[in-house]
Amino acid sequence: MSNAVSALSGVSSDGYVQVQEMGLQGMLTLRGDLSMVKMAKAVKAAVGVEMPKLRKINMTGQSGAAWMSPDELLLITPHGDAEATAAKLVKALGKTHSLVANVSDARVVFTLTGAGAREVVAKLAPVDMQAFKKGDIRRSRLAQVPAAFWLSGKDEITVVAFRSVAQYVFDLLTNAAQSGGEVNAY
Amino acid sequence: MSTRLPNTGRFLDKTAPATFTFNGQSLGGFKGDTLASALLANDQMLMGRSFKYHRARGVVASGAEEPNALVNMGEGARFEPNQRVTTTELFDGLTAKSQNHWPSLNFDVGVINNYVARFLPAGFYYKTFMYPRAAWKHVFEPIIRHSAGLGNAPKSRDADRYEHFYFFTDVLVVGGGVAGLQSALAAAQSGAKVLLLEQTANWGGRAPVDGAEIAGKPADDWVTETLAALQALPNVTIRARTMGAGVYDHGYALGYERITDHAPEMDAPRHRLWRIRAKQIITATGAIERPLSFAGNDIPGVMLAASVRDYLVNWGVAVGERTVVVTNNDDGYRTAITLHKAGLKVPAIIDARPKADGDLPNQARELGIPVQEGRGIAKVKGGKRVQGVAICLQDGDGGAREEIACDCVAMSGGWSPVVHLWSHCGGKLNWIEELAHFAPDPKRPPLGDNGEGFVVTSGAASGAMDTPDVLKDAHLAGKAAAKAAGFTPKRSQAAKAVATAEAAMAPVWIMPLKATPELKAKMWLDYQNDVKVSDVQLAAREGYESVEHTKRYTTLGMATDQGKLSNINGLAVLSDALNQKIPQTGTTTFRPPYTPISIGSIAGEARGEIFQPLRRTPMHAWHEEAGAYMEPVGQWRRPYCYPRGAETHDEAVAREVNNTRQALGLLDASTLGKIIVKGPDAGKFLDMLYTNMMSSLKPGRCRYGLMCSENGFLMDDGVVARIDEDTFLCHTTSGGADHTHAWMEEWLQTEWWDWKVYVANVTEQLAQVAVVGPNARKVLEKMGGMDVSREALTFMGWADGKIGGFDARVYRISFSGELSYEIAVPASQGRAFWDALHAAGAEFGAMAYGTEALHIMRAEKGFIMIGDETDGTVIPQDLGLHWAISKKKTDFLGKRAQLRSHMASAERWQLVGLETVDGSVLPDGAYALAEGMNANGQRNMQGRVTSSYHSPTLGHGIAMGLVLHGPDRMGEVINFGRTDGTLIPAKIVDAVFYDKEGEKQNV
Repeated sequence: MSNAVSALSGVSSDGYVQVQEMGLQGMLTLRGDLSMVKMAKAVKAAVGVEMPKLRKINMTGQSGAAWMSPDELLLITPHGDAEATAAKLVKALGKTHSLVANVSDARVVFTLTGAGAREVVAKLAPVDMQAFKKGDIRRSRLAQVPAAFWLSGKDEITVVAFRSVAQYVFDLLTNAAQSGGEVNAY
Repeated sequence: MSTRLPNTGRFLDKTAPATFTFNGQSLGGFKGDTLASALLANDQMLMGRSFKYHRARGVVASGAEEPNALVNMGEGARFEPNQRVTTTELFDGLTAKSQNHWPSLNFDVGVINNYVARFLPAGFYYKTFMYPRAAWKHVFEPIIRHSAGLGNAPKSRDADRYEHFYFFTDVLVVGGGVAGLQSALAAAQSGAKVLLLEQTANWGGRAPVDGAEIAGKPADDWVTETLAALQALPNVTIRARTMGAGVYDHGYALGYERITDHAPEMDAPRHRLWRIRAKQIITATGAIERPLSFAGNDIPGVMLAASVRDYLVNWGVAVGERTVVVTNNDDGYRTAITLHKAGLKVPAIIDARPKADGDLPNQARELGIPVQEGRGIAKVKGGKRVQGVAICLQDGDGGAREEIACDCVAMSGGWSPVVHLWSHCGGKLNWIEELAHFAPDPKRPPLGDNGEGFVVTSGAASGAMDTPDVLKDAHLAGKAAAKAAGFTPKRSQAAKAVATAEAAMAPVWIMPLKATPELKAKMWLDYQNDVKVSDVQLAAREGYESVEHTKRYTTLGMATDQGKLSNINGLAVLSDALNQKIPQTGTTTFRPPYTPISIGSIAGEARGEIFQPLRRTPMHAWHEEAGAYMEPVGQWRRPYCYPRGAETHDEAVAREVNNTRQALGLLDASTLGKIIVKGPDAGKFLDMLYTNMMSSLKPGRCRYGLMCSENGFLMDDGVVARIDEDTFLCHTTSGGADHTHAWMEEWLQTEWWDWKVYVANVTEQLAQVAVVGPNARKVLEKMGGMDVSREALTFMGWADGKIGGFDARVYRISFSGELSYEIAVPASQGRAFWDALHAAGAEFGAMAYGTEALHIMRAEKGFIMIGDETDGTVIPQDLGLHWAISKKKTDFLGKRAQLRSHMASAERWQLVGLETVDGSVLPDGAYALAEGMNANGQRNMQGRVTSSYHSPTLGHGIAMGLVLHGPDRMGEVINFGRTDGTLIPAKIVDAVFYDKEGEKQNV
């Protein structure tokens, strides 16, 4: 819908790492028994990727699935497809005990771009970003708020946080990425 | 006088002079100086005044252990008190002022305390509390507050930025002396990831100053080569100017990096706090030299012997022209030899030992330096500067035999390993008799999660004192840590070094041994806090046996240096006074940080705009543009009211209430918690969580519910909507959403893990607007898209559909008593929907209202508010909510608790309405007075106000309150007390002030 806007309308900042708000992103919360074949099939049919393993994310194009907890996935789709994908999942899962919720608008998405992207995250999240690999995801925190992040390119990290704290997260990342703050520890 | 010698100073860059000021006076130094060395080079020996007696204080050490020389550093937004000059690197433009003096450093009125020292004994504070009672408040406290204290408090907001950095490593090595370097190398060669920290700007520690030879070359060369080798390894991270500040559970450690302290012009964070997770931690923290306790050992010019040679070798500073060395060990002779070779005079070495004939004493004798054995210093002569020493027999009572003129006394009482980091997390110590120090017991390390030790000590920190032993120990420590971290150490040897044969030291705790009380009262143990030998002995006589109690009673070791110099000497004196062995007395507890770290570094990024997360709804910008006065609700900011023009808040609130009751009000209700509960057992689960029955709710319908803690107290409330057979949507309070979500997860994960229920918090997915007032239906019908008529969407029903093209879920619920719809749309469209409502509603008088209008309207209707009518001690029964408590259910959270006799008591205060007799507004929280006094002589109470407002609808004050037997006392007038002692009479009335029949909301 043309009325739909993301929390910060694509704001960006340039420090030694660039911070960019990425606009609306389709996201679904799927809760259920991740070990079931039926669940894996439904996920594959919905977003086109295999069931992600512990603390992993599988992406293909604009879609993917990320491990969030032993019984929770984050499914990623284009924003406009979220409702349809949710409906497809619900249908595929049928009577299988599960919960599908469209949480696209509950979120804000940023990318961090630059050689120092990892260390910028390491200033705010208690995560070993030096050992962080492509395909890894962490559901952790940035300073005082929850956040999840993964490597979405060679020097690019995608960060997901809650929409209400979009400004706080943007300010945090911009502050951490200020030039002069390079740690150069990796 | 102290001076700079030409062509010396291994740390100095003579091509880079720096100008700085001390107490306004402009002085010069060089890059590589510390503020201490630069002050000494300018003959500025007097640097401060002591805490209690305002005695003249000069620098006594050259590193982190310095107790005396603290200054007020910087100005304005970069002002910081209590900065240690020995760890402050000089930079061009530095400004420093001495502390704790009045009116000037040179002439201090407070020094009078010095002459009344016998009236300020150990435990002085505690004694002044005792008798006479009034004296503390009116006599002692004002005097002490005026004269005591160290640096000034900063007055401006800190100009600098700070940050944290999380780092994970296999092995953390704290300390960049030769031991740390050797350990890091041994650990890194195994392939383990290594982080090496050094608190100063320079590597190699003491070894180069002490003339060590390693691998056949001067220590400096070996240090440079080893550092380069480490830097070349990809698995090693190296940081200078970064102190290992603390060791905590599970291999957590803090590193305190000072990035711009030495170069404030840099555009960078000032400090960075490294929050480190290490599998193994090696503490290569070296050792600290101990002072000797002789009379006048605090007079400026009396310094630690090794520090005197540090100043000479590292910074080219001769502390004195004539230096008397006093020692109980061979290491002190190194200072004498170094000074002599630099052309400075050493008139005597006073050795407390009966015999000194080791290598070093003999070298000194060969250089022609007089050595006096079995002697001690009876007293130091001088006030603001040493002028000489009186020499006596160490075994005597201080009767002086000889006086020697000098301007510096270099004292060495032996060395104590720096065991702080080892001890922070529980590492235990052994008393080593022959070196008279505590050293880590490798058999009792701090234990990690697997029950194995996670800290290893290295080099002097282990108690190894000679270079070959230091390197061997460090090498083994590096290998052991790598192995414990899961790596296979390489077969390799420690670097070889030349041994020096040192003779045994002799413990000397008091000099001379049988010193008179007069002398003991001038023997300083803790320089900063002015604790003397006589104070500790007095504490022992007064019955203090525990070292921890004695510390607090005398303030020994309680200053900003945390007793790095005074600790061992103090507890030795205490042990002697108690006639017990030192290990029996034990040490005080070593706590992090090793030296004080800045508050800024602890706060990290959390300041200014990002001090705390601030939650914003999709309509937040609209509220700001409309000039809303915001109030915090949890971490949200919600509009309290929207004042227009010159309106007061009260006027704005009244306008918003009246408009909503008469026309159309719009409320941003997006902050309301929204939690989806789904699964075959969802109904059963909600029946346990809420006090009323939720499983009987029909899809398409809503029900108000109460949630209690397992102790029966009301915790949260809200409207539950049943979406389909398996799915419910639970609304929570704005502040309670996250807690309620966590509460649900806890019960599902820990107690009812076999129930088939999943929950998801979708609070932020939806923007929600309350469309309220007689015109509510008109605006929705104008926007069109779905049937919101009285018949199609009945009170407490909900429906999905479209409103003006927006995908919407519409709830026909009312918290105001008016015709009311709460409409949820996707958050991304929340602002557009809000704008559309205002546009369509303009002709119906649409007006936004804030939380205060919301509160007033709910109070007029007698609806309770979590946090007003509840405070964690209130149960639903207190609030007359029996109708919302199921009698049919066998159980729900809180049920059993509510059956307890006290909870079921008729004496519990009950909710009623209150109206003042004169129509005024009762003060919120005011108490209703009852007859008589309680056992504490306080007035008895019979109730209290929980909510109180001026009702614009009714034109007078209304309140809700909890009153003893309240519902049975309708019409009775009771008195509420104001804080000024006057009373306000108020009548007990029904809590529903407005439209009791509920006709307004049912149209």
